[in-house]
Amino acid sequence: MAVVVTGLGATTPLGGDVRSTWEAALAGRSGVRTLENDWAERYGIPVSFAGQIAVSPEEVLKRPEIKRMDPSAQFAIIATREAWADAGSPEVDPERLGTVVSSGIGGVWTLLTAWDTVKERGAERVLPLTVPMLMPNSPTAYVELELGAKAGAHAPVSACASGAEAIGMAFEMIESGRADVVVAGGTEAAIHPLPISAFAAMQALSKRNDDPAGASRPYDTTRDGFVLGEGAGIVVLESEEHARARGAKIYARLTGLGLTSDAHHIAAPDPEGAGQQRAMRIAIERAGLTANDIVHVNAHATSTPAGDMVEARGIRSVMGAHADNVLLSATKSMTGHLLGGAGALESVFTILALHERTAPPTINVNSPDPELQVDLVRDTPRALPASGDLAAINNAFGFGGHNAALLFTTV
Amino acid sequence: MALSEQDILAGLAEIVAEETGIDAGDVQLDKSFTDDLDIDSLSMMTIVTLAEEKFDVRIPDEEVKNLVTVGDAVSYIAKAQA
Repeated sequence: MAVVVTGLGATTPLGGDVRSTWEAALAGRSGVRTLENDWAERYGIPVSFAGQIAVSPEEVLKRPEIKRMDPSAQFAIIATREAWADAGSPEVDPERLGTVVSSGIGGVWTLLTAWDTVKERGAERVLPLTVPMLMPNSPTAYVELELGAKAGAHAPVSACASGAEAIGMAFEMIESGRADVVVAGGTEAAIHPLPISAFAAMQALSKRNDDPAGASRPYDTTRDGFVLGEGAGIVVLESEEHARARGAKIYARLTGLGLTSDAHHIAAPDPEGAGQQRAMRIAIERAGLTANDIVHVNAHATSTPAGDMVEARGIRSVMGAHADNVLLSATKSMTGHLLGGAGALESVFTILALHERTAPPTINVNSPDPELQVDLVRDTPRALPASGDLAAINNAFGFGGHNAALLFTTV
Repeated sequence: MALSEQDILAGLAEIVAEETGIDAGDVQLDKSFTDDLDIDSLSMMTIVTLAEEKFDVRIPDEEVKNLVTVGDAVSYIAKAQA
């Protein structure tokens, strides 16, 4: 059962929808700024910036929706409404419509705000909707409710691979015949003092406080960690048969999926990147292609000293000499790292790159790592081949040794 | 100082509107929370929790089932305040 993409939605540090996000990305703009709060000073957090959402949900959602949903679910609903409208709000048998929307961390704002309430005002002041708001399946459940989806609502959790695994699971739901249409993606709203403190404690975050927009710099020799971002990316996946029957606009096909695990370390990537490479190889094989067919990779590349080159060497290893012809984009240089939203937003970027035959840029790379042996798209977008079928991979990896590779092709 | 029933109604209507999206003007004394306003039990518990804080009263869980109409809630809060 061929699976196609018929709708896209996003709310990100670059814009409140797909169009504004994509245009900002093509223009090489950064969505990372100094936080307008006193967290760094008040709590002694060594990082004072992040990629906050460009358009606040307060401007988009109704007041009761804001009150009932954790920000992670709010972002997912905003992106879902856009994606669903973009897909033409299809008539689907509810029992053939599913949702797979993941978050890496869950309702951290709800959880920690409720704990503040317990400490400061007592257990009686804890709101009864706290549990349904903090549970990590809350975003997929709200999307399920929004669309009346009854084929199943899932939320695979694998840290920063969650959004990509969600799209992978949706792909398999359609391929296996469980559903005709699945709304899938990832969301994250973890720009809160605790996650920032905790990521900083593991030395994972960039501390470039004097240059927030320049802090996310994958593959640059001076990269010093990732930049926390927030937002959501959602795709509408559909069996090609279902999409053709209703005359839907089709952005791309999803034809390959590789999911592997490292069994190496709870947080560090396997330095050999064997699991990452295997994920890419499996995705290529499953799509019935060879490495030579890949023209573009949207890398996981978070701007950490260790992680970026493990992946880059892995791409070189999988693609061989053909890597010289693969246009590599690291869009986290502009958006920051959306954690569980990352693999989904970057799938949206990968799909648009194929659809518009344009690879988005990687910004802030002033001195590329000398070991980098893939053709990095720097500062301005580059054209993908103007004709012929194209294939592109989106990688997403997560703490715990989770590796996901999604392979999309032009239609 | 204890609030008048009218003030309590206005305050309660504000909470209901904020939580459920129901127009504050529709929150009237004779309306049933479940039958007229279509408020589910979790939303009702949320409204009660917020009302306790707003009006500085205690509404025990076992009392909530007796608050059928908006008027019941207003009277209960008025009495609890006194």
